[in-house]
Amino acid sequence: MNHWKIFSRGFLKQNPVFILLLGFCPTLGVSTSAMNGVGMGVATTFVLVMSNGIISLIKDLIPDKVRIPCFIVVIASFVTVVDLSMAAYFPALHAQLGLFIPLIVVNCIILGRAEAFASKNTLGSSLIDGLGMGLGFAFAVTLLGVLRELLGSGSVFGLKLFPGDGILIFILSPGAFIVLSYLIAVVMKINQKAS
Amino acid sequence: MEYLLIIISAILVNNIVLSRFLGICPFLGVSNRLSSAIGMCAGVLFVMTLATLVTYLIQHYILLPLHIGFLQTITYILVIAALVQMVEIILKKVSPVLYQALGVYLPLITTNCTILGVAILVIQKEYNLLQSVVFAMATASGFALALIVFSGIREQLELVNVPRGMKGVPIALLVAGLLSLAFMGFAGIVR
Repeated sequence: MNHWKIFSRGFLKQNPVFILLLGFCPTLGVSTSAMNGVGMGVATTFVLVMSNGIISLIKDLIPDKVRIPCFIVVIASFVTVVDLSMAAYFPALHAQLGLFIPLIVVNCIILGRAEAFASKNTLGSSLIDGLGMGLGFAFAVTLLGVLRELLGSGSVFGLKLFPGDGILIFILSPGAFIVLSYLIAVVMKINQKAS
Repeated sequence: MEYLLIIISAILVNNIVLSRFLGICPFLGVSNRLSSAIGMCAGVLFVMTLATLVTYLIQHYILLPLHIGFLQTITYILVIAALVQMVEIILKKVSPVLYQALGVYLPLITTNCTILGVAILVIQKEYNLLQSVVFAMATASGFALALIVFSGIREQLELVNVPRGMKGVPIALLVAGLLSLAFMGFAGIVR
């Protein structure tokens, strides 16, 4: 499979959130604004690319039986790196994302890619797969963030587009479920047409 | 009184699934049948209480005295994974009946973000040991409440005529949204 195919697959055809239906917790939890979505997307992409890379390098060294704990240690190390550097350089964003940064460890997208792809493929394609999947996730979270911020406060990335307060419910927790529900319905419809 | 506030807050006001957005995967995954939902809830209650107890002790007697608090994430996830394995092995030997009931749900619980989430939350909230355990049990009950109500609704949902485009996950998420809206009614009871 060529590299472009691997990359674009994560973004569109097998988008981790919209199609594979993985990683709902961070998607719903941090998408209160577009900026939070971007921050979470970048953090997850970093962890995904790095852990995919390392795991594809060490895949022949780990015994098959203990591979899952080994994957988790690798992932948790990179999550710690992200956690500490974000706290140092972007304290405001770090405070906003809060609990969801350490919880990147249990994001099923990352362990899923390690198990399904990186543990069977070369370094190059694993890195590209991580980047594609990570950006696919970032795209999904940001899109949800943009929609919720637009509906909830009439602004995007803090830029006011509509006057007034917006519909507050979309920023609160029920809004996350409702917007994601319609987004997935739309994506499923588009996919049906395409195939 | 203080413990009562922790319990009400964790079950109703800041429900782990509907307002904190943790544990959505099992919430959507095992809510098709009421019986499997109850099995999952029992497993979570058991593991969450135990995991919070163990990670609390590790945080205060190993990580903090050695000044290696930054290893929190790595340590916790390993401890939880090991704990789940151990519980599985012990249950198999000691209580085959309980193992039969919970067995299939235990491996799923390792990657359930509520467990790690609660372990970290009690440290962030600076609870003491008893408060932490009470908080963990209450949170697990909140998870159980949301999951059981939700799976009851989903069983009904199979019988009604859902618009074609909304079948499956979209309608489930929409129902979760309405449920979350209902739980917002509790906001303001406890700060």
